[in-house]
Amino acid sequence: MSRPIDQARNAETFLADTAHEQRLDKLLWAMRMRRDAAARQVPEWEELRTLASQIKEHTLSNLAEYLIQFEANAIANGAVVHWARDAHEHNQIVLDILTQQGARELVKSKSMLTEECELRPFLETRCVRVVETDLGERIQQLDNQPPGHIVGPAIHKTNKDVAILFSQKYGSDPDNEDTAYLAGVMREHTRPDFLKAGVGLTGANFVVADSGAIVVATNEGNADLSANTPSIHICSAGIEKVIPTTESLAVFIRLLARSATGDTITQYTSTFRGPRKGAAMHVILVDNGRSARLGMKRFWHSLKCIRCAACMNTCPVYRRSGGLSYGSTYMGPIGIIMMPTFEIRKYSELPFSSTLNASCTNVCPVKIDIHEQIYGWREVMEENDQIQVVKKEAMRVAGVVLSHSALYRTATSTLPVGLEVLPHSVIYSRLNAWGKHRDIPDVPYETFHEWYRKNRHDEVMHDQPL
Amino acid sequence: MINPSDAAARNVILDAIRGNQPAAQPMPPIPHFRNQPADLVIAFCESLAWMTGVVVTEAVPDLESFVHARFPDAKIICSSVPEYVGTIHPASFDHWSDASIIDVCVLRSPMGVAETGSVLLSDIELQVNTIALLARDIVVLLDPKQIVPNIHDAYEHPHFKSRPYCLLMTGPSGSGDIGGTVVHPAQGAKTLTVIFSPVPGDGQRSG
Repeated sequence: MSRPIDQARNAETFLADTAHEQRLDKLLWAMRMRRDAAARQVPEWEELRTLASQIKEHTLSNLAEYLIQFEANAIANGAVVHWARDAHEHNQIVLDILTQQGARELVKSKSMLTEECELRPFLETRCVRVVETDLGERIQQLDNQPPGHIVGPAIHKTNKDVAILFSQKYGSDPDNEDTAYLAGVMREHTRPDFLKAGVGLTGANFVVADSGAIVVATNEGNADLSANTPSIHICSAGIEKVIPTTESLAVFIRLLARSATGDTITQYTSTFRGPRKGAAMHVILVDNGRSARLGMKRFWHSLKCIRCAACMNTCPVYRRSGGLSYGSTYMGPIGIIMMPTFEIRKYSELPFSSTLNASCTNVCPVKIDIHEQIYGWREVMEENDQIQVVKKEAMRVAGVVLSHSALYRTATSTLPVGLEVLPHSVIYSRLNAWGKHRDIPDVPYETFHEWYRKNRHDEVMHDQPL
Repeated sequence: MINPSDAAARNVILDAIRGNQPAAQPMPPIPHFRNQPADLVIAFCESLAWMTGVVVTEAVPDLESFVHARFPDAKIICSSVPEYVGTIHPASFDHWSDASIIDVCVLRSPMGVAETGSVLLSDIELQVNTIALLARDIVVLLDPKQIVPNIHDAYEHPHFKSRPYCLLMTGPSGSGDIGGTVVHPAQGAKTLTVIFSPVPGDGQRSG
């Protein structure tokens, strides 16, 4: 059985480097600000969010029918449609296509689904060279790390980090930290891979039932190159990515880039309906736990996610701890509510990596009740006895104290004395997670209750539980 | 076609979905948002400028001179428009990867989008899809009468339900993956220049 991921402990590594931490916080908050500015420019923004939510809920509640409709149209367009129950089946289908083509290399664009399926290690252990062509994803591949962010996989790295990495892997100038130079190094080394590749793979932002199309949105153009330059295009898509119509696609395209980066649209917003003459297009529809999640009454709404990462950019915990600390494919608020559906024990601690401030819910373009679901997962962890003993006992004690006013008043009146007499090592022991990176604030010389008694003694004190 | 080996998986997945689907919820009507800008051409220019594209609004009577003046070092110029021959035609490429030799690619788009500054390019206009992806610089002719207000209007274009490949291209390729600063190019084109140019003999939107 897997040990639970300790996000807080993992974050300590990231927090130890103040420069990285502050930079990431600033960068992500700037993206959040750009998202807000972009949203304000669209008068019908809230209407679009409501529509997107309703369209997704309609589609998910009629999912089988829409998948069948997509399949029929895609086949009519000349595509080959595959179905994969789990990650292994998905990976095996990709390997089989490569083998049929005699291909030992695969160029691919960013796809969180293939991260979820661990496609790259699966293929690499079978002697297939995989080249990530998204800049951020390639940086993470070269550094042997998973993505740290859904939209910007290497966003936690500084220019200096990338300059050093590229110098080690590509022999470029380690002292040249210019962004354009570094992007140029990547372009120079990736272009030959595109040109010689026999098979390319992309993910799918949307799968359109009424046209049999898949839609991919990128800024770099690497997905279009991966799909068009080789003669075989594989598209890996989660079954929840289907939407009913081309008409409804417009709603999501208007929301996606604005929510993600504050741009109105991505530079390349591409629709692939079928193969060109003499080429082949394979679409792999992947379940991997999604159909089971659809049956979770409290959590199926997480399937509405369009992977914009707005919830991550606004989350104070994510911004101050980095994506790698979550130890999971999906990170930040959306990761917290998705990952336990894959493995409850391993991700049992993630729901506690949140302040429950609801900022994530407020920015979600498809109105997923993210903070409510995070709270719901905490309850599930409690119901399934997945909460650590220390945390559970602390919550039990707090519950008793807070529900008995006399006990609470005794605790608050003795607290100042306790803080004065107890040694530092006890106050800041391992049990005091709050005090790990902060000083305990000075305790007021009197409680509100004491002040009230002194100043409002004529008024009736209702000694009700707080 | 369905891969026969996937048929079992298909049935298992669809059965699982049917067993777990929440109660059917209605599809909402999608209103046609008509809050279009007062001037579509100005809005298009502003939107594309935001995405680092360039719009040439004044008439360009001699496309060849324009291309040579703007891209003086360009040697391989691929044109798919009748107005300009260039040095190579898309039909010349036996392999789509061969398009990487192109310096400048000249195309005509059947539609622009004011809301975003996007131009539509499908396999009809491209002929070889990679010419707009592997070329260093892209020049797109666009009839200003073929600019539609927003993305809802854009997806009504018949290409999206009839063509194998449709690209809404909005500026040159870019990436903000290093340091959060967007730079151009990433993997695709270094520049995108849109020239306003009426369709010869027909100002109406073409299918």
